[in-house]
Amino acid sequence: MTVGLFIPCYIDQFYPNAAIATLKLLQKLGVKVSYPLQQTCCGQPMANSGFEHLTTGCNELFIDNFAAFDYIVSPSGSCVLHIKDHLHSDGQAEKANSVRKKVYELTEFLTDILKVEKLTARFPYKVGMHQSCHGQRGLMMSQMTELVAPPFSKPRQLLNMVKDLELVELSRPDECCGFGGTFCVAEEAVSVKMGKDRVADHLNHGAQYITAADMSCLMHMEGILRRQNSQVKVLHIAEILNAEEV
Amino acid sequence: MIKGNKDHAALADIFNQDEARVDWHDETLWFVRAKRDKAANTLSEWEALRENASQIKDNVLSNLHDYLSEFESNAQQNGVIVHWAADAAEHNQIVLSILKSKEISRMVKSKSMLTEECHLNEYLHQNGVEVIDTDLGERIVQLAEEPPSHIVLPCIHKKKEEIGELFHEHLGTPKGASDPQLLTAAARVHLREKFLTRRAAITGVNFAIAETGEFVVCTNEGNADMGAHLSEVHIACMGIEKIIPKRANLSVFLRLLARSATGQPITTYSSHFRTPRKGQEMHLILVDNGRTQQLGRADFRNSLKCIRCGACMNTCPVYRRSGGHSYHTAIAGPIGAILAPNLNMKQYADLPFASTLCGSCTNVCPVKINIHEQLYKWRQVIVKEGYADPKKTIAMKAMEFTLSHPYIYRNAGKSGRWVMKNMPFLVNNKLNAWYTQRDMPAPPQQSFREWYKKNNNE
Repeated sequence: MTVGLFIPCYIDQFYPNAAIATLKLLQKLGVKVSYPLQQTCCGQPMANSGFEHLTTGCNELFIDNFAAFDYIVSPSGSCVLHIKDHLHSDGQAEKANSVRKKVYELTEFLTDILKVEKLTARFPYKVGMHQSCHGQRGLMMSQMTELVAPPFSKPRQLLNMVKDLELVELSRPDECCGFGGTFCVAEEAVSVKMGKDRVADHLNHGAQYITAADMSCLMHMEGILRRQNSQVKVLHIAEILNAEEV
Repeated sequence: MIKGNKDHAALADIFNQDEARVDWHDETLWFVRAKRDKAANTLSEWEALRENASQIKDNVLSNLHDYLSEFESNAQQNGVIVHWAADAAEHNQIVLSILKSKEISRMVKSKSMLTEECHLNEYLHQNGVEVIDTDLGERIVQLAEEPPSHIVLPCIHKKKEEIGELFHEHLGTPKGASDPQLLTAAARVHLREKFLTRRAAITGVNFAIAETGEFVVCTNEGNADMGAHLSEVHIACMGIEKIIPKRANLSVFLRLLARSATGQPITTYSSHFRTPRKGQEMHLILVDNGRTQQLGRADFRNSLKCIRCGACMNTCPVYRRSGGHSYHTAIAGPIGAILAPNLNMKQYADLPFASTLCGSCTNVCPVKINIHEQLYKWRQVIVKEGYADPKKTIAMKAMEFTLSHPYIYRNAGKSGRWVMKNMPFLVNNKLNAWYTQRDMPAPPQQSFREWYKKNNNE
């Protein structure tokens, strides 16, 4: 099995530790992972802003970088959803189609493909898990509170394998944090208010860390936590799942 | 109502100046959403019901012409006078002409979002007709001279103290009184006089049944019945998408409507109107106003399935924190944001962007409208039609160029991180909307790619 590591642009530039943890975690689980060096961005920021017609360059680049792998894995549900839903190519339609079918968010890859049942990680803290909308509702990584259906959660299933980690329950388990791509600046007031409320739910329940399977939500919440001089930190789920036993 | 030329972001910014009020608005609506969840979960067949409703509406939208014809002829046989209106202006003229023919200049109206969409009250007022809204929430916003901010809970943005103030001014309740029971009693007395003395009543229509030619009006206050039963002229106004094929289909929608709207098992009154009583005239106006145009837009036709329950608004984290008026259209929230651009793309170009595309609206929708996908699609249409902010277009083109060229992307990233570290004032300033209320991420020493090249031996 060959796995191509897709590291979204903002993780590459701002959160390399989340990417390093993703890589190491996959390697630890015996997966042969390669990181194609010419990758940039999935094109979502443009597409969600209504400029999907400007994503041709990104699409072609993505296909060139990743078409050869058996699986494509990324630590960002939102970017994965964009590829799954919107990647297209006039010249390489078949390749685009196959890429869309084999792209996975990290935690769903771990639970659904690798079928991981135990991890060696230890993280002795109270952790709040933010359910990122695109992963949850788009990729169906966990059950949604709006639907009448039995609960499940792929990220939670994995966090439960981490020794000494205590997950805190939230008052609103799956409300959006308000990042929303360019929404965060175009609708600054509402975005910030949503972020403040989201962070408060975690703080009110005693979280020492906030984690998610999507770094973009965490970047937004981190910006708010820092402005509030909070000691609470954000950590990508890969960093917790990869945390060494002390 | 458009407030100046401010868009959703600007109006939401104003709404957010009073954070305590935003919290109150958010919590009130979240309470309704939670009630909806509880009600939905009492039915194990909930998801099957949604699917069933969605398919009935698919059938309706695919055969709209046939069902409308069937409905019209059955209604006519029942003694109802049927009118057709192509747009809001024609709808309003029809209402006025009916009233004029009877020399009626004062009337009562129960809740109807269609008449809000057509701005009927304003039009009738300009033509010398007094309209009293009889739904309590509608009456409150009418006294405040505001449009409703929510399709089911029209005055959800008002606190009881503010309503007490309004009632003191208009209905003579004691100053400072804000007890809901007292205020409701005052409204009851006030409205009863109107019901008894007005000769004409307008109602909306929730469902119109092709098979029988009858229509159903759902209210929690019984005000539609009071108006219609006491008047000599009953005018019902409906959008052409309100049709359902058979009476048997009604149960599906009645079970979904109230649970989705307020968490009630059923609306208090679901009144069937079929034939005018002796001596009464019953008019029905079937209004298009852009609906056939939306039907022709393949990506957006599903929006016509909407039964106006408001569940998408209650669940929408953006609506809850920006208030209904920030949408500057009769139907606010996520559903309004996909309906409004059909009517006027330029005026409502901002609305599909007033969303994080979280998808919660789609999940609560009782008729399974893919609301967040339509918001995404509207964005593409609006940009292509040239209604995007020119500054945004320039930024997006620059982004496209950078991201299509790995070498340029890497250098831009590197210099960007260098600037953030060494010249933070270039980033952390008033021009950066991110920075106003949030800190920027701390720039790391190296990108992942740089780390990977140094550390990974494949």
